[in-house]
Amino acid sequence: MPITKRRRLVFRSAATCVAVALGATALAACGSEDAGEDPSGPVSLTYWTWTPGMDKVVDLWNKGPGKKDQITVTVKKQASGDTLVTKILTAHKAGKAPDLVQAEYQALPTLVSNDAVADIASEVGDAKDKFAEGVWQQTTLGTDAVYAVPQDIGPMMFYYRQDLFKKYGLKVPATWDEFAETARALKKKSPDTDLTTFSANDSGLFAGLAQQAGAKWWTTSGDKWKVGIDDAASQKVAGFWGDLVKEGAIDNQPMYTPAWNKALNTGKQIAWVSAVWAPGTLTTAAPDTKGKWAMAPLPQWSQSEDVTGSWGGSSTAVTTDSKNKAAAAKFAAWLNTDGDALNALAKESGIYPASTSAQLSGAFTTPPDYFSNQPDFYTKAAEIAETTAPSAWGPNVNVAYTTFKDAFGSAAKNKSDFVAALKTMQDDTVADLKKQGFGVSE
Amino acid sequence: MSSLAVGKADTAAGATPGTAQSRPPLRSRIALIPTVTLLLGAIYCLLPVAWVVIAATKSGSELFSTFTFLPGTGFADNFSDLSAYRDGVYWQWMGNSALYAGLGALLSTCVSAFSGYALAIYRFRGRETMFNVLLAGVLMPPVILAIPQYLLLAKADLTDSYLAVLLPQILSPYGVYLSRIYAAAAVPGDVVEAGRMDGASEWRIFTRVALPMMVPGMVTVFLFQFVAIWNNFLLPYIMLSDDEKFPITLGLFTLLEQGANTPALYTLVITGAFLAVIPLVALFLVVQRFWSLDLLSGAVKS
Repeated sequence: MPITKRRRLVFRSAATCVAVALGATALAACGSEDAGEDPSGPVSLTYWTWTPGMDKVVDLWNKGPGKKDQITVTVKKQASGDTLVTKILTAHKAGKAPDLVQAEYQALPTLVSNDAVADIASEVGDAKDKFAEGVWQQTTLGTDAVYAVPQDIGPMMFYYRQDLFKKYGLKVPATWDEFAETARALKKKSPDTDLTTFSANDSGLFAGLAQQAGAKWWTTSGDKWKVGIDDAASQKVAGFWGDLVKEGAIDNQPMYTPAWNKALNTGKQIAWVSAVWAPGTLTTAAPDTKGKWAMAPLPQWSQSEDVTGSWGGSSTAVTTDSKNKAAAAKFAAWLNTDGDALNALAKESGIYPASTSAQLSGAFTTPPDYFSNQPDFYTKAAEIAETTAPSAWGPNVNVAYTTFKDAFGSAAKNKSDFVAALKTMQDDTVADLKKQGFGVSE
Repeated sequence: MSSLAVGKADTAAGATPGTAQSRPPLRSRIALIPTVTLLLGAIYCLLPVAWVVIAATKSGSELFSTFTFLPGTGFADNFSDLSAYRDGVYWQWMGNSALYAGLGALLSTCVSAFSGYALAIYRFRGRETMFNVLLAGVLMPPVILAIPQYLLLAKADLTDSYLAVLLPQILSPYGVYLSRIYAAAAVPGDVVEAGRMDGASEWRIFTRVALPMMVPGMVTVFLFQFVAIWNNFLLPYIMLSDDEKFPITLGLFTLLEQGANTPALYTLVITGAFLAVIPLVALFLVVQRFWSLDLLSGAVKS
């Protein structure tokens, strides 16, 4: 028991050592396996993913490069979200995890600290320059290891009703100060209309906004984790939104509810801080306002800055339970870097690729149907994606997110202090890390 | 025991209007407060159902924009979209659910009937201990057993198979408990004795004499188990990874949680949920009449 705790304690440096050790064995193993494996016959892999249409993309592999290498991949479609992480960890406990899993970036540290995903640096290390620095860094967790290949990303953007902005005489805000002014100006002109809402249900949105402001929620120093949820940058973001809610300049109801859909569809809310995948959501949430929206970069904290946060995005990881890690890593690299695969992913699954070269090709040469009024949608999106701030995830993002929903949920409802809610989030996250046996530096 | 049996008989009789002819005074006194309370309760239970039914008729553009209880025009489209989704995987889920719930409840009812009868009729060492352990099992929510069961079945290499979902649900402590109580009340010891005097084997007494007397109770056990398995989420969620084996609960969940990149399939999920309720309602309507059988009909009633 103490040994495992100790291992988890020194997660980062241990991970590097393990990575090096693993890398060495994997290399040695690969060397001998690759020579001896090819004749040893076909390999079949299972892949847990929630991406719709993934089976069609995988068919391309099975009929093309996979056929050549005798590597067959079977898709087992799953539901997305935190529950899948639990399911992977349960399966891993029984040694039955699939060969490949789709994992959101913020879930990777949890999977790594439970030793569920393998280091595939030696197989996919070459893919590094196909991705933006900040994106790739999320799959290495700042070590020499590589735990996944980035698949899709969710750079954050500002969406607004072009026609209504004109009608109310509003300017697209370039900074958060202007954003607040815009919200107030709108309230004056049309008291029943809100610029947007603060949703206490969407932890990922707040995390992205804090990331844009420069927050680093989880970092390591020595063998210990440092939790920075209550840092100055996050406090600035929490205070900003808390004040807007308190003075009634914006709404305080959650997103993704029938009421919210209706507010967007009827023009009761005229802007949305979201990410590159927003067109898909708007298509169902606000079908009547198609062609009336436009996208702009996220407002900045100062005129001179140009950064954005990310909300969502996922990667393809190889599990430690896999008996064919090299083959699985080969597939993961193909899926997320090969031109044909990425085109199919965009077409069949509607994902926004992490691979920079794919962001302007194929499906992304024309704007999404919902935004046909903005022909340069994806050109702009790619420019914004490049400015994504690095993110820093830790092994208990789920706990922080749950506390966010509770603490900010009641703060938003009572229009009370958001900064105090942030402190609760920090305290609960630290307490949970300690309870799990990680070392935490205060 | 007899008071329990009478209580059972009352509820069974209460299910069918008209059998209450022995108590005429009740009819003239309509109590206002209980009636209002029950009506409110009924509205509370039925409103969400009404919402699902009406929402299932709305097309994607009507769903959130028209008045909540105004029927829409999209049911046929929703239905065909749902049937077309990934080559009709929805109906596969429906079939799986029917298999898990139907076969599972049937097997579970058999096991419950055997063990309940044995616990009620035979006297053997450790009977009460065994029964108490079962009672403890009734208090244990099945949810917390899902992960241990997964780890056990993983050792037997049975995960991600139909058996993985069926096996753990066959033994239902609550079913055995109900069966024992029911068998003790419905199968008089005298009848079993009489059977033995006539030279019938124990198996014959059970199948020919006791089982027919236990039918109403077994129907209850079957329905409870059927509904429990049909609605079960966590066990199949942990056990299964192949979505062709998913039951309907899990299927609808994957339909809803597709990640942020794709438009949410609200209309399909709502229509799917609506269709998934129909078999349960139908089952209750069909099986309900078995409940009206009088508990102690025939035999040694004096």
